[in-house]
Amino acid sequence: MGILEVQNVNKRFGGLQALNNVNLSVREGSVHAIIGPNGAGKSTLLNCFVGRLMPDTGSVMFNGQSLLGLKPHQINQAGVSRVFQTPEIFADLSLWENVMIASFARRDGAYRLNAFGRVKADGEIRDHAERNLSDVGLASKRNMIASALSRGDKRRLELAMCLAQDPKLLLLDEPTAGMSRADTNNTIDLLKRIGESRGITKVVIEHDMHVVFSLADRITVMAQGTPIVEDAPENIKGNPKVQEAYLGGAHA
Amino acid sequence: MLEKLRNNDTAIMLAFTAMVLLGPIILAPFGAGYPDLLQRFAIFGIFAVGFNILFGLTGYLSFGHAAFLGIGSYMAVWSFKLLSMSVIPAIILAVLLSGLFALVIGYVSLRRSGIYFSILTLAFAQMCYNLAYSVLTPITNGETGLKVLSSDPRILDGASEGLPLPSVLGLRMIDTWRGSFLGMDVQFNVGFYFCAVILIIAFYISLRIFRSPFGLMLRAIRTNQARLNYTGINTRPYALTAFVISGMYAGLAGGLMACTDPLAGAERMQWTASGEVVLMTILGGVGTLIGPVLGAGFIKYFENIFSKINDNVLSGFLDFLPETLREGVVWVMGAFVGEGWHLTLGLLFMIIVIFLPGGLVEGFNRIIAWFSRPKGGDKATARVPAE
Ligand SMILES: Nc1ncnc2c1ncn2[C@@H]1O[C@H](COP(=O)(O)OP(=O)(O)OP(=O)(O)O)[C@@H](O)[C@H]1O
Ligand SMILES: [Mg+2]
Repeated sequence: MGILEVQNVNKRFGGLQALNNVNLSVREGSVHAIIGPNGAGKSTLLNCFVGRLMPDTGSVMFNGQSLLGLKPHQINQAGVSRVFQTPEIFADLSLWENVMIASFARRDGAYRLNAFGRVKADGEIRDHAERNLSDVGLASKRNMIASALSRGDKRRLELAMCLAQDPKLLLLDEPTAGMSRADTNNTIDLLKRIGESRGITKVVIEHDMHVVFSLADRITVMAQGTPIVEDAPENIKGNPKVQEAYLGGAHA
Repeated sequence: MLEKLRNNDTAIMLAFTAMVLLGPIILAPFGAGYPDLLQRFAIFGIFAVGFNILFGLTGYLSFGHAAFLGIGSYMAVWSFKLLSMSVIPAIILAVLLSGLFALVIGYVSLRRSGIYFSILTLAFAQMCYNLAYSVLTPITNGETGLKVLSSDPRILDGASEGLPLPSVLGLRMIDTWRGSFLGMDVQFNVGFYFCAVILIIAFYISLRIFRSPFGLMLRAIRTNQARLNYTGINTRPYALTAFVISGMYAGLAGGLMACTDPLAGAERMQWTASGEVVLMTILGGVGTLIGPVLGAGFIKYFENIFSKINDNVLSGFLDFLPETLREGVVWVMGAFVGEGWHLTLGLLFMIIVIFLPGGLVEGFNRIIAWFSRPKGGDKATARVPAE
């Protein structure tokens, strides 16, 4: 049994079958990549994991617990964090505050009324946020307002926020889109390093094959809402079905 | 230097306290140093500071906060009627009851966000307003308004002689010492100082909330509520807590209104009163610490000046013009003063929102930046979020 077990998930948007009988099993501690042409339903599938969407049918089990029907904050507190395809950060707040919020959520849970403490005086939270900002290489920009960051840096900030939560499962929707080659390589290194030291299971959606083949232990190829192939990276490249899916997807 | 001061909470509190306590002296040259107006500054300051905790931090725009103001007033007058003329139980009860109402109204309204939230709060406030005039007349005394009578039971301090007056520690709210300062007539009024002390406490609590983890979560709600949910925070109870706190501030302000003038009427709950606190907050600077107090003072000051001017005053003013021309000018200007002062307020509001979206605080910040530029030489001063 994997840490994440997805069975027979279907999702329809009006006339569009966005997810068509999806089955997926993610092994604990592994990096599982999901690839496929635009519109294949990859992001939609992640939406079903984090409580943004409710599948029409099927089940999503995480660590033996069903995620369906839980609120987003409950799913997160259960250990699932997500980096979104378009960076979701607190644009008006400083980088530091962005990561401190994640640190607070990890330490204090979904709700704790602390109206008289001082954010700045909480050494534990500050250090924790600081460490996670340095991990992604943003420590020197800690006092900047997040909206001023480049797209690639916003993504790294979002990654720092997710890592600050010590998730069991990290969902990454195109984590290197908008990054320079150098930053992409840094991010790959960071994800590898953290994968090894903390044992975080990761599901990565990526179009950049360099990233996919550097990170993934296992790859699922999706097309038109359905996983068509699941295999080890070395077997994926030569698979005729995969090539057809990409070419077919491009013409559709 | 100023930057440092602005981030030093002790300095902020000392400056604020000094300004408020010296209010009667500072404002005397502007013709605003008399008790009635000073009390209004302090009371509406409290109202706006509380409103800002909800609107400024979370971004949830309530159009119904006057309901809590009214509830606080009614509660305080009932406390005067049933318990005692002391203002202490009156404001405590006012805060508690308005907090209770805020809990219910907030719980329902916060199920929606954006404009739907605003409409829900407005609907609730109008409901309270209409109930006060109809079904609840036994409690609110309808259009006449709720008054203190000498025949009221007042179980704690019994039947006092003569017309009962609200008081604290044996001092009556209306007691005033007159003095002279640099040739000016200054008035030190018990009611004002009572409100002033509460304003200072209310401001301090707001400052602490701004700096706290709770305040950080509220600002995160305004910026990106969805992200906060995906970060494991249950945003609903945070927003509800902010709503209840700001409702309690409004109830406190309403209670103080009754303390300085012991009667309560339903018009205090009207939507125009809810709108006024929105204007005050925006005018002063949404989400800034001091902005709402400035906005409240600004509006109450100009209301006081403009609403007192009538056509006779205008004619006197424009004596130098030939009669026919004068009548025309008086007619035009008359639309902007007296009863029509809201027209002036509307214009001022538009000008400020268009040219200074950050309100008066942004205006002051620009002036300070303008003056400190030549000395430093570099204009690369980091933009710190205005606080
Ligand atoms: N909330 C929604 N309502 C209606 N249609 C949607 C919704 N979300 C996604 N879709 C549609 O579902 C299909 C799958 O979208 P999805 O975003 O999951 O694709 P993707 O595989 O992530 O593609 P990309 O690689 O471009 O990100 C698309 O056709 C999209 O337009
Ligand atoms: Mg996508």
